[in-house]
Amino acid sequence: MSIHDFIDSQVKSNDVVVFMKGTPQFPMCGFSGQVAQILNHLGVDYKGINVLDSDEMRTGIKEYTNWPTIPQIFVKGEFIGGCDIVREMFQAGELQTLLEEKGVPVMGKATA
Amino acid sequence: MAMEAAEIERLIKQGLPDADVSIRDLAGDGNHYAATVTCESFRGKSRVQQHQMVYAALQGQMGGILHALALQTNVPE
Repeated sequence: MSIHDFIDSQVKSNDVVVFMKGTPQFPMCGFSGQVAQILNHLGVDYKGINVLDSDEMRTGIKEYTNWPTIPQIFVKGEFIGGCDIVREMFQAGELQTLLEEKGVPVMGKATA
Repeated sequence: MAMEAAEIERLIKQGLPDADVSIRDLAGDGNHYAATVTCESFRGKSRVQQHQMVYAALQGQMGGILHALALQTNVPE
């Protein structure tokens, strides 16, 4: 399976996928960490794919989306953007709306 | 390897002639900047497309010698 097909299958078989440096539990870069923090805060289940595990993945994802940096976030197969865009959308409440529109469960913070 | 703020601004303006660009140096190491780009040609485009237009103007430097550019794109009021 080519790297392109692997990426394609991953983004289409998981609601939310984050191609990141490191793992959700141990992000290895500030930008990847910010995205993990936002998704954890919203209580969204997502699949983290560590691009540091393979150079082929690290370049393959950038070609797949024509996007030069990591992390990269997909919701229901659609490329949403990198750290800046996800943070901007989160602050504007647009990320929450998008997730709900796409039927992705958002647990959100349980308010005491 | 690093890039100067003025070089980033020049490249963006060369690629997006009608853009208003402001660059902030976040770390003083020539590698971490924040840029706000306001441009009429962004109108009607998604954020991803707007950012891709800026990255295209940076001619492949983004993600290479320019490690981190926190990007904010806007359409003029």
